[in-house]
Amino acid sequence: MKNVLHTIQQNKRLQAIVVGLYIVVTFFSLYLAQKSVVAFLLLLSSLLLLYFTTFSNRVKWLIGGVVMVVLLPLAASQGEAYQSYMEVATLVGIYIAMALGLNIVVGMAGLLDLGFVAFFALGAYTYGIFATGQANNFMPFGHYPLSGESFWVFIFIGCFVAALFGILLGVPVLRVKGDYLAIVTLGFGEIIRIIFNNLDKPVNITNGAMGLASVQPPRLFGIDFMYPNQFYYIVLVILITVIFAVRRLEFSKIGRAWKAVRENEIAAQAMGIHLVKTKLMAFAVGASFSGMMGVVFAAKQTFVDPTSFTLLESITILVMVILGGMGSVPGVILGAALVTILNLQVLTELTNWLNQLSLNGVINVPDALSPAKMQRFIFGVILILFALYRPQGLLPAKNPVFDEKDLKDADKLINAGVQKEATQHVHLDS
Amino acid sequence: MVLKKTLSILATTTLAVGILAGCSGGQKNDTANNGGNGGGGGGSNVIKIATQSPLSGGSATLGESIKLGAQLALEEQQANFEKLGFKLELVPYDDQGDPKKGVANAQLIGADKQVFGVVGHLNSGVAIPSSEIYEKYSIPMVSPANTATDVTDRGLKTVNRICARDDFQGPAGAKFAVETLGAKKIFIIQDKTAYGTGLAEAFKKGAEELGAQILGFEGITVGEKDFNGVLNQVLAKKPDLIYFGGLYTEGGLLIKQARDKGINVPIMGGDGLDSSTLVQIAGDAVKNTYMTSAAGLATATDAGKQFAEKYKQKFGKEIESYSAYGYDAMGVLLKGLENAIKANGNKLPTRQQVAEEVRKVQDYQGVVTKVSFDEKGDNKYAKIYIYKFDEAKYPAKLENEVSKQ
Amino acid sequence: MINEVLHTLPQVLIDGLTLGAVYAIVALGYTMVYGILELINFAHGEIFMTGAFVGTAILLTFAGFGWLASMPALVALVLVLVVTSVVTGLLGMGIERVAYRPLRNAPKLITLITAIGVSFLLQDIVRFIAELKNGNYILTGPSLFSGQIGIKASSISSIFNDASVKSSFFIVLIVAVIMMVTLDFFVNKTKWGMAMRAVAQDRETAALMSVNVNKVIALTFFIGSALGGATGVLFAIQYGTIDPYIGFILGLKAFTAAVLGGIGNIRGAMFGGILIGIMEMFAAANLPVISHGVLGAEYKDVFAFAILIIVLIFKPEGLFGKVSIEKV
Repeated sequence: MKNVLHTIQQNKRLQAIVVGLYIVVTFFSLYLAQKSVVAFLLLLSSLLLLYFTTFSNRVKWLIGGVVMVVLLPLAASQGEAYQSYMEVATLVGIYIAMALGLNIVVGMAGLLDLGFVAFFALGAYTYGIFATGQANNFMPFGHYPLSGESFWVFIFIGCFVAALFGILLGVPVLRVKGDYLAIVTLGFGEIIRIIFNNLDKPVNITNGAMGLASVQPPRLFGIDFMYPNQFYYIVLVILITVIFAVRRLEFSKIGRAWKAVRENEIAAQAMGIHLVKTKLMAFAVGASFSGMMGVVFAAKQTFVDPTSFTLLESITILVMVILGGMGSVPGVILGAALVTILNLQVLTELTNWLNQLSLNGVINVPDALSPAKMQRFIFGVILILFALYRPQGLLPAKNPVFDEKDLKDADKLINAGVQKEATQHVHLDS
Repeated sequence: MVLKKTLSILATTTLAVGILAGCSGGQKNDTANNGGNGGGGGGSNVIKIATQSPLSGGSATLGESIKLGAQLALEEQQANFEKLGFKLELVPYDDQGDPKKGVANAQLIGADKQVFGVVGHLNSGVAIPSSEIYEKYSIPMVSPANTATDVTDRGLKTVNRICARDDFQGPAGAKFAVETLGAKKIFIIQDKTAYGTGLAEAFKKGAEELGAQILGFEGITVGEKDFNGVLNQVLAKKPDLIYFGGLYTEGGLLIKQARDKGINVPIMGGDGLDSSTLVQIAGDAVKNTYMTSAAGLATATDAGKQFAEKYKQKFGKEIESYSAYGYDAMGVLLKGLENAIKANGNKLPTRQQVAEEVRKVQDYQGVVTKVSFDEKGDNKYAKIYIYKFDEAKYPAKLENEVSKQ
Repeated sequence: MINEVLHTLPQVLIDGLTLGAVYAIVALGYTMVYGILELINFAHGEIFMTGAFVGTAILLTFAGFGWLASMPALVALVLVLVVTSVVTGLLGMGIERVAYRPLRNAPKLITLITAIGVSFLLQDIVRFIAELKNGNYILTGPSLFSGQIGIKASSISSIFNDASVKSSFFIVLIVAVIMMVTLDFFVNKTKWGMAMRAVAQDRETAALMSVNVNKVIALTFFIGSALGGATGVLFAIQYGTIDPYIGFILGLKAFTAAVLGGIGNIRGAMFGGILIGIMEMFAAANLPVISHGVLGAEYKDVFAFAILIIVLIFKPEGLFGKVSIEKV
């Protein structure tokens, strides 16, 4: 078996065949067996398989894109479960973006944030307030609700508002470290939720516990986006942008600064890294992803209320990051997908199945044991087991390895270039 | 080199896609045929009815009772539908009292073409977003418990409820408090949830219109156990009635701690208090507590008593307030379904037809309420019942009934 | 306005003191563990909750056998307190052994995450057992000490209103004081207490001085958890109804108390707990009065968290703590 794996690893053509076959087979199984959740999950996991291949990044992106944009919706679209698959896929996308945001704060910069859902709430409320009649209560000008076309602008506004609050939170928090930071952010998350829950007086801004109902659906070229399959594409576009941004940031100067701060703050400072700027950037960038998805969430749900933004949500996102691997982008994507699917599909299906069995009198499962209720238990076990035995997560973060010889060659080339330029300058001057 | 490989892989993918595309045409026909065959065969003779209520979380007692009530009704009707050639099945969903979960479940329900109706929810905050999804799939929903006005006021065609609305329950309670109990100064406490705030606001409005003075309108946090802070405010203001908008867990503790503090004025609450757990928590302190409920006393009629016995026998539990409402909601839904089947010549109707027939149900006699829906989906016969706890025993004593009009 | 606040003051103080006593003892658990391991034991709030459930279960069993009526309430209380603290103490030791000891040299972030995991796990296990046994995880225990005592505060000054006290209030207060005094004595005057302080100061040096570090840490967890569990029983007796989710927010507030008093400082934690309890009760009773209805009573938690954040930012060593200098 090991040998087979090894040969496959060596041979790209073989890999192509395996991946291609896998995609084709899972595609058809989902296409033919529409109700099979397993087939849906298998098709999704083709992306994981793709990740392990040794293709160049561009090829991976290309195939991944084809699977996500064309194959997955196409395969699922044939049956009645289409919308529910798309709903799950949409939520998975939303959570992946949030987990990637948290990953920057926790995984890359090493700042444990337990109130992350607050930024999601900020995004959701930003759109929710202006896309319902709610804004009429306190805005002196303008006519509300704004039409669904404003949604596209609000994605950026939500992003900006969340980033702003990320910085506002960051400024005082910079003075505390480690455990204290976790507690402070937790407190911050709770404060935001309580305030949203109570901001219906003296001026009614959030409509308090009653929530904001009938949020305008997004609209583009006169088409209202109402179904999960439409939101799926919105989320996909944002998600790809986010992943792209994260990848670029990770290997940029600021990304390396984050990692340096994570490893040792004092040493990083000694190397000339501006601590305040670096940490604030981490908070702002992480929060902004969450804010964007908050806007999408509000539009998709058409209803925003404070119960969607509890501490449990923050912990859920943290579980995604830990499970996948702190600091590892592919890992976090996998972690977020696994946790969301577990939560929405696997546990629900399992509960229904057990329910059917006990209704038919096959076995008698006590209600207390119903898997849907075991969410906290499962999260607890995941957190403990991973912290104890695999703190680096499912797909650990990899630092890029540079070939020494290549670097030297590159160095020479650059030096040569500099010399050449210098001579050119001389030339021009004379 | 790289280009070559990229090309070859691209070629493979396009080939794969091409094959898929080629197949998909034929495939479609196949599935269509399968579907067609299924219509006459065994597969789609199954009709599923879903329930959505919190089976876990703080209000699980009430959510569970809705599910069990609905289950009982469904099982009784199974034989009847068997004769029409259909097999009834129940699919219970747990919305956890969480709007997100409710909507995700609603998508699953909508996707399952065999589901022809939903009984649910318990929380209005969950019912409102979820019903938007039901409307898209035209699945009729009959709510046993949602009292918020927004549930039916959005004018959705599929949404119906057999219980009373907040703007009926709140003022009815206020009328009783002011006119019968003679309360002039009222202190209102609410639990800062969609349900509690909505009800408390409706009560406040009603009481103010009747000339009562509102001394305070304070919130508490769900899940807390110590309400002495708010009660100290009550103590300072000396009202002659306390109104609580919220659920039984907090309600029970609030009543108990108020009595411990020597606040002996009547305490009044809404249908969220209507549970045996309230009595368990508050104990003897529950005396002199009034509650308005959209749920009638099931054991008041013979049919109700029979129902309570059957329920006890089947599930080994006493009935809760919403058990009978779950039962009746399912009853109405099945009545509509039956009418739709008959109207369609004993063949499987579409969801739209079922939804229309459910809305058209007239004078359905359930165990606790008679049901006819108006154009918004509200029950014309919905009543508010006012109960009083004279001793630590559930169910409480029926004091008064208020009907619409 | 001032008059209104003063009217209710005696009652607010009494209620605040009850809540504060609970916070204070739970805060002790946080502070002891933090002092010795520099770890926020998130699971401590859940140990408190487990204690409440174990205590209520024992009381319910007694009541089921009819023993409760036949024995004096005080005996029952002592019995329950002892059994519960042993159970939760062992639980705390077990958690330390399984979840924290293997990670003693790991990055702090990882340990903190384990602590959150343990906390979730405990919540769900307790919920599961309670639901299985009882059908409903909201548990109401038999009431002990439910007598009422009136305090004639108005006889001191006519500004005050009379206050009333449940007799369980005295029980809570007395037991809390006994526990705190005993702990203070133990830590400051006994050999094991000295060992604990030594380990807290410097683990390696303490080991060189032939202190068994593992044993001392296990003991710390045992004592902290036993106190937490016993407090859970007191809480259950005072408030009657419990559910598996009472621990988390209460734990957070107790942690705030520990931070306020200076983390690692036992007397500071006691003081901080009582202060937070009284402030919370005061805020709940008087916020609407003071702010003319703009801020409702429901903002009291915002205040608790705001205190936490402000203290951590401006005076991280707390009211009584020593400033620690970071060594590089």
